[in-house]
Amino acid sequence: MDERVGESGMKLLFNKNQGDINGDSEKTSEVSRRKFLKIVGMSAGSVAAVGAGIELIPYRAWADSNPNGWGGNSGVSGMSAATMGSGQEVGNHQWAMVIDLRNCDGCKSCTAACQKAHYLTEDQTWIRVFEMGDSQGNSYFMPRPCMQCENPPCLDVCPVHATFRTDQGVVLVNQGRCIGCRMCMAACPYQARYFNWKAGAKYPDTGVFPTLKFPVPQRLGTVGKCTFCVGNLNHGLMSECASACPMGTIYNGDMITDVAINSMGNTVKLSKFLYDNDAVAYKDENNTHPRVWYIPGHGQNLDTNATTG
Amino acid sequence: MTSTLEKKEIDKITVIAPDPSWESEVREAAMRSIVTKPGKNWWIAVSLLSLVVVAGVGAWIYQLKHGMNSAGYNDQAFWAVYIADVVAFIGVSYGGAVVSAILRLSGQSWRAPLTRLSEGMALVTVLIGGAFIFPHLGRPERFLNIVAYPNFSSPLVWDFIAIATYTLATAIFFYLPLIPDMAVAKNLVDTGGKRARLFSILSLNWMGTKRQRVLLHRVLTIISLIIIPLAVSVHSVLSWAFALTSRPGWMESVFPPYFVIAALYSGTALVIVTIYAFRKGYKLERFITDRHFVRLGYMMAALGLVYAYLTVADMLTEGYTGITTGWIQQTITGKYAIPFWFYVIAGEIVPIALVVMKKTRNATGMTVAGVLVVISLWVKRIVIILPAATQPLISGQWGSYHFTWVSITVTLAGVAAIPLLLMILFRFIPLMSIDEMEDAGPLGSIEQISKETLKAAREESIPEPSKEESK
Repeated sequence: MDERVGESGMKLLFNKNQGDINGDSEKTSEVSRRKFLKIVGMSAGSVAAVGAGIELIPYRAWADSNPNGWGGNSGVSGMSAATMGSGQEVGNHQWAMVIDLRNCDGCKSCTAACQKAHYLTEDQTWIRVFEMGDSQGNSYFMPRPCMQCENPPCLDVCPVHATFRTDQGVVLVNQGRCIGCRMCMAACPYQARYFNWKAGAKYPDTGVFPTLKFPVPQRLGTVGKCTFCVGNLNHGLMSECASACPMGTIYNGDMITDVAINSMGNTVKLSKFLYDNDAVAYKDENNTHPRVWYIPGHGQNLDTNATTG
Repeated sequence: MTSTLEKKEIDKITVIAPDPSWESEVREAAMRSIVTKPGKNWWIAVSLLSLVVVAGVGAWIYQLKHGMNSAGYNDQAFWAVYIADVVAFIGVSYGGAVVSAILRLSGQSWRAPLTRLSEGMALVTVLIGGAFIFPHLGRPERFLNIVAYPNFSSPLVWDFIAIATYTLATAIFFYLPLIPDMAVAKNLVDTGGKRARLFSILSLNWMGTKRQRVLLHRVLTIISLIIIPLAVSVHSVLSWAFALTSRPGWMESVFPPYFVIAALYSGTALVIVTIYAFRKGYKLERFITDRHFVRLGYMMAALGLVYAYLTVADMLTEGYTGITTGWIQQTITGKYAIPFWFYVIAGEIVPIALVVMKKTRNATGMTVAGVLVVISLWVKRIVIILPAATQPLISGQWGSYHFTWVSITVTLAGVAAIPLLLMILFRFIPLMSIDEMEDAGPLGSIEQISKETLKAAREESIPEPSKEESK
């Protein structure tokens, strides 16, 4: 299974001509065309989505058109294998997040827990809860962490390689190298990056030296952002936001083992959970390929799995 | 002036025998800033300007200590005044390249008295503009990380390369026409003095031989040809720092030419202001005449119209379909309406009217227009940067940038540094290119080509004097 994933993902990306020549089946040529458009900097999806003003790309559409991909098996996603790049190893975990908007009541416990754990100022909402309006005139809440894009715009524009992506698919900032130009803040379509503007924010002596995975205390004049609490994840702990959520809205997931869990103790098969609940990626028309998936809705309980209380 | 100098043409250079009285007049005027001791006013101006610069440096040190929040920045106004300063200062530097390089290549001999001042202005402003990258950075001490760990897919690395190259080219472009002048200047100051020694080194043993002249003309032609695409590339790359993000209001294909024209427009305006100030300060009315101002004013007005056209093209395309109207609404009627309409009135309508109206088509009128253009194009940069930076990308409130005493003081320091550095620079450098002025001759200065001369020329159907010169 995994090898075939590599075929459809890697091969088509890097040998697109071969894909065209051998593209007898409609699917292969369709995928290769899309990969090609992606290479020249746009995708068929992005054109359509911008035209229609759609900002959400469903997981299901992707999974259906990639039966060999991540959906339906326990392997590495074809998408992530392709975007890892030839030079980068795929780690033993590929961290993801699912945010079940049906459960979010906008209490902002996630933000508070994150700020407390990372000693952030009040303005630094690494996970920020937005109040969104829907077409019916109602509003719902949407927590927005860093999307940990597979194709992060912030990474491309950083002049000094201070932003990088780990082999576990997490985008981190090297605050020891960042020059503070804030080009990444300009490039991020999710407003997920926060600068350290103020000196004298009272950082207690945590006795911890800031590391790449746990940049505490934050350094003045550099950019910080959500790290997915990857240090926690690697030690079998949940991210601060997920464990603080009283509604079980936020799931930490791993695309390799295809498992996701939330603070309510619910454990789900990640790919099936996304597929069955119509998960969507936010602003994927920018070709960012977020590793954070949203399950839309508010207050409903349409779930077929044992996911909500 | 002459792009390809064949052997035959070498002889022609010597055929144009400089008018001795013209020569001495030019030399006296061009060396005025060096030979005469600076007056009281010069010292007062230099000390006041230095004070502003020192205050700016102090404000920057304060900002380094207290964080960029003290300059009014926040997460939803992450780019603001300093990046506008970078774009504006490097932009006006382009004006020097225009007046010198384009006019040199097109053989406009009337440019002769203006080239030195405009090239000096170009050099000084590109240095100041480049320096404004430092207050813009949160960690300026790590600036050289761009050299140590460059990410070549980042537009900012392209910016760094482009600005560094352009700065070097501007310095060369300033220095080359200076070589023959240094040879003249070393004989006009006290021999054995420090300045004589400096001039002697800078003159590179210039003897004015035919070979040297041919070489210099060739090199100047080449560097004029290089500096134009280079300047275009700098402003295009600067615009890509904005246009290569997915932000509505910045991700515009019109941005590179938009930035290039803004640079030309504001640059020509600052050339006008610069030559006005130096003409007044050093009484160069004999050489820099009203007609110079009017010609530059025409150039400025034409560029202003192109810029207005690009502004409309940008906003109409974005706004008409209604997909990304937030920043346009904020620009025209919202938070940024006052600066935007200030630009429309003070940056387009009034200056163009001043050029169009016959009554104001003179040195003073053009200079007023130039000052207005320089100021309102800075304001326009703010209006380009802030709405797109402060817009909410997901939902919620618009962010806002507040000017603080820190950002205002630092910016004013940059503004004050232009005249300060120019005044100091021209204590050591002739005000006009003596060599080019002598080459152009009295007929080359457009005062001689007055209406009467032109009329007489037409009546007698003889070729225009300026054409005869450039043969």
